[in-house]
Amino acid sequence: MQRQVALIKQSLFDQGYLDEQFMELEELQDDANPNFVEEVSTLYFKDSARLINNIDQALERGSFDFNRLDSYMHQFKGSSTSIGANKVKAECTKFREYCRAGNAEGCLRTFQQLKKEHSTLRKKLEHYFQLARQAGPKETARRPK
Amino acid sequence: MAEVLRPEMLDISSNDNTSSLASSTELLHVLAVDDSMVDRKFIERLLRVSSCKVTVVDSATRALQYLGLDGENSSVGFEDLKINLIMTDYSMPGMTGYELLKKIKESSAFREIPVVIMSSENILPRIDRCLEEGAEDFLLKPVKLADVKRLRDSLMKAEERAFKNMMHKRDLEANDLYSQLKRAKI
Repeated sequence: MQRQVALIKQSLFDQGYLDEQFMELEELQDDANPNFVEEVSTLYFKDSARLINNIDQALERGSFDFNRLDSYMHQFKGSSTSIGANKVKAECTKFREYCRAGNAEGCLRTFQQLKKEHSTLRKKLEHYFQLARQAGPKETARRPK
Repeated sequence: MAEVLRPEMLDISSNDNTSSLASSTELLHVLAVDDSMVDRKFIERLLRVSSCKVTVVDSATRALQYLGLDGENSSVGFEDLKINLIMTDYSMPGMTGYELLKKIKESSAFREIPVVIMSSENILPRIDRCLEEGAEDFLLKPVKLADVKRLRDSLMKAEERAFKNMMHKRDLEANDLYSQLKRAKI
């Protein structure tokens, strides 16, 4: 079971869903804080859901306030970077480029892609954390005492 | 003949707040400021792992409130507040980290506290501006554990130096008093 968890994690890295920042987070876990990464992840998805909602509403209104959209996306990119959400981060960067270019259509397209990546990552991480918890604490990376 | 007090027995206590020592048992107290929930959780963990005491707030305004610099009365006992380091995000709604930095450097009570700016954007003019305004350091996000440990180590060294200087000063004062007493043949 633990091997399965390790393989899943490896594939998340190999496929580019996660980057080294995720490993940095794992380094911060220890016996006293064994669920730190999952806690950060939960916080991230709660926070980013709010941002997605705000951006959805802003886009639905039809008036493209590129400054405001860029500001939302700056926050989104920031927290995505902090958790190591590699693909989501890449979509955020693209979105901001379209904002700066004043390209509304590009923004809309990229945002759909971003939501897809975000949803995929959430499912994969939920699955990963669930398995990791079942497999027992040995599997997650721990800081040496 | 009356017993002459030896210097070690004299208690020259002062009212300065160097009573908080950076010995191995005393923790550095860091005030962290960031509007991002995820980044707050992250920086708090980085600091705890580095054996620091942490206070986290979500805005520059709240940071000023905590420090008692907002003009209102602070809820924390102002004289007892010992902050060794302030780490603040640059881009925050309302007051930016840069503006917070300026306010801290303008305050006579807190201008000596090192302020570190964190930012996800590597913009050289921004970095220059912060350093010119007196920032201790500028860290690119995501902040690394190695960055935090490096900051902590250099702060501990500075505190140790300050502590040693204070003890040396006390020794000199005690010796001076001892000599005076001896000369007066008390």
